[in-house]
Amino acid sequence: MSTVAGLTRATLAKDLRLEWRSKDAINSMLFFSLLVVVIFSFSFDPTAEESRRIAGGLVWVAFLFAAVVALNQTWARELRNQVLDAYRVSPAPPNALFLAKVMGNFIFVTVLQALMTPLFIVFYNLRALGPAYQLPIVAALGTWALVVNGTFFAAMSLRTRSREIMLPLLLFPISIPALLAMVEATGAILTGEFSAKFWIVLLAAYDVVFTIASLLLFGFVLQAE
Amino acid sequence: MKRVFPILAILTAGLLSYALYEALIAAPTEQTMGDVQRIFYYHVPSAWTAFILFFVNFFASIVYLIRRNTKADIVALVTAEVGVIFCTVVLVTGPIWARPVWGIWWTWDLRLTLTLVLWLIYVSYLVLRRFSSSGQTPLLAAVLAVFGALDVPLVYFSIWFFRTQHPQPVIGGGGSIDPRMLHVLLINWLAFSCFAALVCWSRYRLEVLRREVDETLALEALLEPRSSQTRSSQTKTSQTGRAG
Repeated sequence: MSTVAGLTRATLAKDLRLEWRSKDAINSMLFFSLLVVVIFSFSFDPTAEESRRIAGGLVWVAFLFAAVVALNQTWARELRNQVLDAYRVSPAPPNALFLAKVMGNFIFVTVLQALMTPLFIVFYNLRALGPAYQLPIVAALGTWALVVNGTFFAAMSLRTRSREIMLPLLLFPISIPALLAMVEATGAILTGEFSAKFWIVLLAAYDVVFTIASLLLFGFVLQAE
Repeated sequence: MKRVFPILAILTAGLLSYALYEALIAAPTEQTMGDVQRIFYYHVPSAWTAFILFFVNFFASIVYLIRRNTKADIVALVTAEVGVIFCTVVLVTGPIWARPVWGIWWTWDLRLTLTLVLWLIYVSYLVLRRFSSSGQTPLLAAVLAVFGALDVPLVYFSIWFFRTQHPQPVIGGGGSIDPRMLHVLLINWLAFSCFAALVCWSRYRLEVLRREVDETLALEALLEPRSSQTRSSQTKTSQTGRAG
């Protein structure tokens, strides 16, 4: 177990250091979601009342597309100089690599969300009428749901032609229940009209199911010849 | 086995024509909906058939993951393809029925959405199979099929939270159905299942042949550089190989 934890920490530290020095993923994600925010804002020009109702959808669509940008880059780095092949011949457990990648992406998308939230508030006049303390919970669970499946499917689409297109095609259909839950929960908290509890529980269940499934099946995908 | 195929084909043709007669002429007309209700005899059997095929696909994928059995992979591929076709029939006939009866083409109701999401998942499954390089396709596809199957209950619960507009299940759901209608429905389902089995079977044989041809061609390509001066004779063998 300690080897898994150690390897995860080492890989995660490496990824974070690389990202800190290059800032590739975070910059492209940030600019991308900024564009989405601006375009949606002036194409709909919603009032505060309307935007509360649609903001859940807008926010998560922006984060979803931005996350795909980052997810596509996660494994590409490991393909250069055959790093992934070296990992496969080493005795290191595949799940350590997978967990490190998921955590790395989780951190990137969370940083993105932290930076984008003020912008959303400014552009859409947002103020939560429901219990605002639930928003970070929804954000964390939702981001984990996107990132755990996204990292897995990004590894899968490495083995396909035109891999950049493949990732959203695989990720979006499977993520439909998670997306629905994030959007509905965010909407519920912002409008304060109904409780978000059911959606939070659903998101948590989604996270548990797909984290376990990914950990069980990642070995297959990494070793696929 | 080869003799069973024409027998099944004849049986399917007979059943389909009988089911067509039953559904369009023999079945009683529904009191309030009128003749448009007869689409039910195509909509529901297609749905059941599609769900069975997807279930077989999931099972075959699990078998492939455990045993790495090529036959299981072909079964998974075939059932996914035919299942998507039947699911498409469901999604097309549904709105045609819903427009005159509900007054709307589409609603985000439980079963509609579940079927649509299943359809999306299996289309992405087929896209993955088309786009991945040949050696890894079966494994990746099997993994995706497992993910898709895990997704179904979550989709179910997420949409269950919305109101359900769909007619409650008429069989075993407390609803009442004319026994004559039930009979027609079951005949149609039997006919559709036989038809699906027939299509799957021929597609299975086609896929087996296609893989054999691919293997032969690959082997020949390996042998080719060694005797590049006798290329003309090689082309001849590859042609016979393709014909066989």
